[in-house]
Amino acid sequence: MTQQVKYYQTGTYTVGNRLLDQEQRTVQASLDRSNALDSGHRACQGCGEALGARFAIDAAMRATDNQLIACNATGCLEVFTTPYPETAWQMPWIHSLFGNAAAVATGVAAAQRVKGKKEVRVIAQGGDGGTTDIGFGCLSGMFDRNDDVLYICYDNQAYMNTGVQRSSATPPAARTATTMPVGPNPGNEFGQGKNVPLVAMAHGIPYVATASVHDLHDLERKVTKAMSMRGARYIQIFVPCPLGWGSKPCDSIKLARMAAECGLWPLFEAEHGEITDSTKLRKPAKVDGYLKLQRRFAHMFKPGNEAQLEGMQALADKNIVKFDLLEEKGDEE
Amino acid sequence: MLKQMEGSMAVAEAVALARPEVICAYPITPQTHIVEGLGEMVKSGQLENCEYINVESEFAALSVGIGSSAAGARTYTATASQGILFMAEAVYNASGMGLPIVMTVGNRAIGAPINIWNDQTDSMSMRDAGWIQLFCETNQEAVDVHIQAFKIAEKLSVPVMVCMDGFILTHAYERIDMPEQAQIDQFLPPFNPRQVLDPANPVSMGAMVGPEAFTEVRYLAHRRQMDALELIPQVAQEYAEIVGRDSGGLISTYKAEDAETLVISLGSVIGTIKDVIDQRREEGEKIGCVAIRSFRPFPIAEIRKACANAKRIVVLEKCFAVGMGGMVASNVRMALSTQPVPVYNVIAGLGGRPITQTSLHNLFNEAAADKLEGLHFLDLNQEVVERELERQRLDECSGSVAENILRDIGAVAASKV
Ligand SMILES: Cc1ncc(C[n+]2csc(CCOP(=O)(O)OP(=O)(O)O)c2C)c(N)n1
Ligand code: SF4
Ligand SMILES: [Mg+2]
Repeated sequence: MTQQVKYYQTGTYTVGNRLLDQEQRTVQASLDRSNALDSGHRACQGCGEALGARFAIDAAMRATDNQLIACNATGCLEVFTTPYPETAWQMPWIHSLFGNAAAVATGVAAAQRVKGKKEVRVIAQGGDGGTTDIGFGCLSGMFDRNDDVLYICYDNQAYMNTGVQRSSATPPAARTATTMPVGPNPGNEFGQGKNVPLVAMAHGIPYVATASVHDLHDLERKVTKAMSMRGARYIQIFVPCPLGWGSKPCDSIKLARMAAECGLWPLFEAEHGEITDSTKLRKPAKVDGYLKLQRRFAHMFKPGNEAQLEGMQALADKNIVKFDLLEEKGDEE
Repeated sequence: MLKQMEGSMAVAEAVALARPEVICAYPITPQTHIVEGLGEMVKSGQLENCEYINVESEFAALSVGIGSSAAGARTYTATASQGILFMAEAVYNASGMGLPIVMTVGNRAIGAPINIWNDQTDSMSMRDAGWIQLFCETNQEAVDVHIQAFKIAEKLSVPVMVCMDGFILTHAYERIDMPEQAQIDQFLPPFNPRQVLDPANPVSMGAMVGPEAFTEVRYLAHRRQMDALELIPQVAQEYAEIVGRDSGGLISTYKAEDAETLVISLGSVIGTIKDVIDQRREEGEKIGCVAIRSFRPFPIAEIRKACANAKRIVVLEKCFAVGMGGMVASNVRMALSTQPVPVYNVIAGLGGRPITQTSLHNLFNEAAADKLEGLHFLDLNQEVVERELERQRLDECSGSVAENILRDIGAVAASKV
């Protein structure tokens, strides 16, 4: 196939699997997908994390011919997929602690190496809190050593499992249980936070990418690409959380798309510290539409809080320049 | 083979004889020489089929160990002091998951005030974490016990901490009889894990458990430690049969049978205590001692038996539970709760303070006269303490206790010269 396919179904932005060439179909569309994260778990309706994990892990399973071991940090994903004696994991899976998933994965990978099982690959995964805050030391150490681990962060922008508290991935202005919309600067502070994909790049590791649950083809492609490489790799997936964000479960995919289309969640890839590609925006949307669908940002639309809205737009605009998100005119095929 | 060598290097060689597959550690005095030694052996190829991983913290070191052990690799790490506190969450996690990791603790005080010298508060802070804890009297014992530790750990699926006094053992050059590789290969079979992360047979490890099973899980962890009470002597016996040397076990006794005064302690200070006992025996005093080799599980029956005829017990320990007293003594008192014998508790050697023969003689004189308080601090400078208390009474902002005391005794002024 030389022609680039861009089919968009009416009313949705899902690329129609049925209309695609076999090779271009998603892993999820195939009957022999592994269902490594199986149905029956206890995630909330519309949970972006459950969706993101399912796509990511199945893609990684296919890429490794099911020779995969997962190391999970404490958090929603760990809790909703397990309590003994039940498990939604149809793959070898270990949970140890909140802040050590990357290090546990290093150990699992070392054991595979010493036992000569080159084909068995390892992923670590956790929420934004388990990754950008409490697990950050172990994560950075794993990057530093360039251990053969793919770390996937499911970023729902707060500590959801403990009841929606602020993490270093919580965006400015957002209401959480520890950044309430009260006082002169309601919600989370501006001028704080951590961009861990950029920090990961600063380690010079082979592969860093951001992904999102509205573009599952892209997500699967990035996971597959990551699994084709050796060394430390990092993917941070944007995963809306209806419970924490105060959004409708049916809006999760839509919110993910809107976050990307306004520039607040830039989709990009980097290799060895250099950005290699970013997903272009045909016409960047304003941030308002995205924010309005979430109660965590409701206070931004009250009179007197215009500066917050402007501040948020400025962040999106900055991303558009920084990650080169604008589609150049005449680029269309 | 007989060798003159540093304790740390001896332990490194002993660990290497056990053929570990993953070694992961973070440097902290006085543990460093052990892991440096192992690192060099792996890099040079002397220790084959082993991954040596440098990490960014003790928390990561043990977490890497958790991953490698769960994936079926024989795993070793070492730490001390602040390091064991830094990895505390993983210490409990490793035992909760039943991962048979072996860890050396080069015993060192815990700050503040920061102090690099020997006492045993670090290991003791983790005494209830579900690990087996074995204490070594000599470097020869450290060599033998490390090798036995792998067997004990793997048979029971319980991690084992081998505790050896920092500097006093880790940095001491002594004669070591190093076992041969063939002997250890005969003694220690390959690691066959109870459960393993393997794509061929997927399991979920470390998931949540609610109140319906948690008590039973904990109880069974205790049962495994009770099993260790039988296994530890058995393993020591097997080791003796192959290597030809008695070491390990739950306790060891010295001139204890007819002793009226029985000293209980653990670690390297037992050597000094034995010398003092010999001197006092010459004077006709009936005194002996018991070395606790396994602190967890705590050998209640053996201690009861050893203490059966004693008129008084002196528990001398290099650790201290502030607000309570001795940790070892609490355990001994519990073991002897049905025996009407006074148990004197002596806190000694904190932060590296030498435990001298003179001090021990004075102590045992008072003990023999039953003049000791229930809780006694060996060589505590009471006058310095009173003067500091007075300073605090006079001035609300009296500053750092540690600094004040050093100025008081002249150490600060002297060091300025
Ligand atoms: C050492 C430690 N501190 C705190 C907690 C409590 N805790 C468990 S999950 C969690 C929040 C997880 O947040 P995140 O990593 O973002 O994952 P999410 O639940 O949002 O997917 C917290 C704070 C813990 N388990 N361990
Ligand atoms: S709280 Fe959020 S992340 Fe957690 S299960 Fe519910 S939707 Fe998913
Ligand atoms: Mg989160």
